[in-house]
Amino acid sequence: MAAKILAEAGLSVAVLEAGGYFDPALDEYRTQLRMPWESPRRGASTVRAFGDFDAAWGGWDIEGEPYLRNEGTEFDWFRSRMLGGRTNHWGRISLRFGPKDFKRKSIDGLGENWPISYDDVKPYYDRVDKLIGVFGTNEGLEDDPDGYFLPPPKPRLHELYIKKAAGQVNIPVIPSRLSILTRRVNDERGACFYCNQCNRACNAYADFSSGTCLVQPAMKRGQVDLYTNAMVREVTTDSSGLATGVIYVDKNEMKEYSVEARVVVLGASACESARILLNSKSRQHPNGLANGSGVVGHYLHDSTGADRMAILPELIDRERYNEDGVGGMHVYTPWWLDNSKVDFPRGYHMEYWGGMSMPLYGTGFGMNATRQYIKDEFGNPSPNGGYGKGLKQDIRKLYGSTVGISGRGESVAMYENYCEIDPGTVDKYGIPVLRFNYTWSEYERKQAKHMHDTFEEILTSMGGILMGEKPGEEDDYGLHAPGRIIHEVGTTRMGNDPSTSVLNKYSQAHECKNLFVVDAGSFVSQADKNPTWTILALSWRASDYIVDEMKKGNL
Amino acid sequence: MDRREHLKLLLAGGVGTGLFLGTSCTTEDQQISEEIIAKNSDYSYGRTDEEVIRDRLLLEDQFFTENEYKMVEILADIIIPADEESGSATDAGVPDFIEFMMKDFPPFQLVMRGGLMWLNSQCNQRFNSSFLDCSESEQMEIIDMIAWPDAAEPEMQYGVRFFNRMRDLTATGFFTSRMGVEYLGYEGNRPGFWDGVPENVLRKHGMEYDQKTLDECIKEADRYRIADWDGDANLI
Repeated sequence: MAAKILAEAGLSVAVLEAGGYFDPALDEYRTQLRMPWESPRRGASTVRAFGDFDAAWGGWDIEGEPYLRNEGTEFDWFRSRMLGGRTNHWGRISLRFGPKDFKRKSIDGLGENWPISYDDVKPYYDRVDKLIGVFGTNEGLEDDPDGYFLPPPKPRLHELYIKKAAGQVNIPVIPSRLSILTRRVNDERGACFYCNQCNRACNAYADFSSGTCLVQPAMKRGQVDLYTNAMVREVTTDSSGLATGVIYVDKNEMKEYSVEARVVVLGASACESARILLNSKSRQHPNGLANGSGVVGHYLHDSTGADRMAILPELIDRERYNEDGVGGMHVYTPWWLDNSKVDFPRGYHMEYWGGMSMPLYGTGFGMNATRQYIKDEFGNPSPNGGYGKGLKQDIRKLYGSTVGISGRGESVAMYENYCEIDPGTVDKYGIPVLRFNYTWSEYERKQAKHMHDTFEEILTSMGGILMGEKPGEEDDYGLHAPGRIIHEVGTTRMGNDPSTSVLNKYSQAHECKNLFVVDAGSFVSQADKNPTWTILALSWRASDYIVDEMKKGNL
Repeated sequence: MDRREHLKLLLAGGVGTGLFLGTSCTTEDQQISEEIIAKNSDYSYGRTDEEVIRDRLLLEDQFFTENEYKMVEILADIIIPADEESGSATDAGVPDFIEFMMKDFPPFQLVMRGGLMWLNSQCNQRFNSSFLDCSESEQMEIIDMIAWPDAAEPEMQYGVRFFNRMRDLTATGFFTSRMGVEYLGYEGNRPGFWDGVPENVLRKHGMEYDQKTLDECIKEADRYRIADWDGDANLI
């Protein structure tokens, strides 16, 4: 976003990308609309973490780019090394934070308030809605604000079942809010053609990714130099402590180069930007750049996540039709309860899945345990396992009958959860790597317990046959490891007090005025919302501020 | 340097990223590598160079012995036979898929090789011949002892686990093949417009779209109209 706004303001911009060039409209990169047999592993996740057709080059572990964890703690770090990064494959769930989300400390006394309010960000959310496009509905919900929405798609059959079942237990289900173009928003991007494959990146640019919707337009309209396979090592500074540019490693040549700049804007992802700052040590910035407070890397927090699945007997042996829809859910549940009436401080939203999606690796698995749910015309269950024509028919009957719920919630940002530079390890580019220290607290465990109770309530109300066991205390109530939801934020948080924050309210470093961080590092608290829409709004806001300050001669 | 060594080196070095730094590759070697990447025509679906080479290595490797592969073929067709509606697992190319997965996900190797050997030893004990040399009825006699997990004897658990894995791989290989997808009746992956669940299906499930949903959802006629809003965030 910053590249686009700054370039359109007439500035010359150098964009440094640690991975390769990627454009989903070019056939050489296209995984969209491929059938399962086009992959020798039928879409299995042995090479790409989210399946063979997923548009993320990288994953939880990247050859030659390690990271570490302190003993007894967990953190999984997903990186995607390509133009557009993780926005090429993400879920497109585009939620504004609400007024309360910026002031959680005032409500529950935990964490810290943001130095800005919803009113400061609202104009930018509005602009992001209109520029990029997001479907949804204005519901007048206090903490899930209305916006400039495109029309949503109609619910699928399992989503109608979910809506009905949730309604029976007083849980609201509303149209989801995804940055997918059900209508066009400009001449450069097409409308969604409903293939359900947004995670493969869209060759019509009908969903949001930063490469297709921001960097490409910026390159067309402004003066932008794109450097690919350019792994930034550090931000350079002068004797007064101001940023002068960056040093990067050209991954093809394995050589270091420097780029000089009047202003440096980091948007490498929360942890990678923290890493760059911590690796940018100088006489003026001995703890790393902009880290006089020692806060860089701290307050790292990810969304919580837990999931449950059921087979819905009404959907066994169902009629066939093209049910692909958009990539992801057509309906969802925003946080609907009052935290003062439950035993955990922060909320969660629920995402729903199911339907007759493309069969991929895994289709037909597990008949040794699930074939029993198929019943013949007399109500007799099939035997588990087996072989032959009957098995083949039963797999066909079971297809499209599962529904699932994922809870995604807000965790409480803690100083004790952090990433730091490991003193003894470098990556293959010679750059010191991160070491993580992260544990969940009772707040998150209690929230996950509540999620699972709710999942069972809805799935049971639907008449679903619950799959698997409900996780208990010994399994942290099914909480995914920190990092797994890939919403890590908070490592360079903003605030008014330079001794407890890295950035000011314009995402500008307190200690280095020509340095900005425009990824989720600036987040003070994360909300029970996905971070992307807020990243985009804050990045736009910071970019406007940069342009203003330059005009005023302050930068 | 032979071709295989070449591929391995390419993969280890990181394709395109300082490819031949510190190695003794010649210009000719480099040409061979580039040709290998360019000529990977059997699978072309948005692969990075590293992925092309990794898959090429796996495809050129052979895990199953000839006899093991024959057993896999027989078992796959027992699990998914041909019927009046479609061909069998081998007709759909499932054994090749299983062979590929052995290399793509090495933890499968022990389960499968060990399981096939266990099956042979059971056949030897009972029928004094290997699985391949058993008659069809002998083969089915032993398969019936391991194919039904809830009814199997405790001492058959090794076989049950192996057959569960074999069933998983065969089923998924079949249902992700062109033939299997047709048999399954998957109708998606076709660009079009989603206008909700068909009316007859809604009726059958006792569902309907309420008026609010019908009013607010996208209509096909509007999809190519560039969106614009009034000052109150209402779509015009």
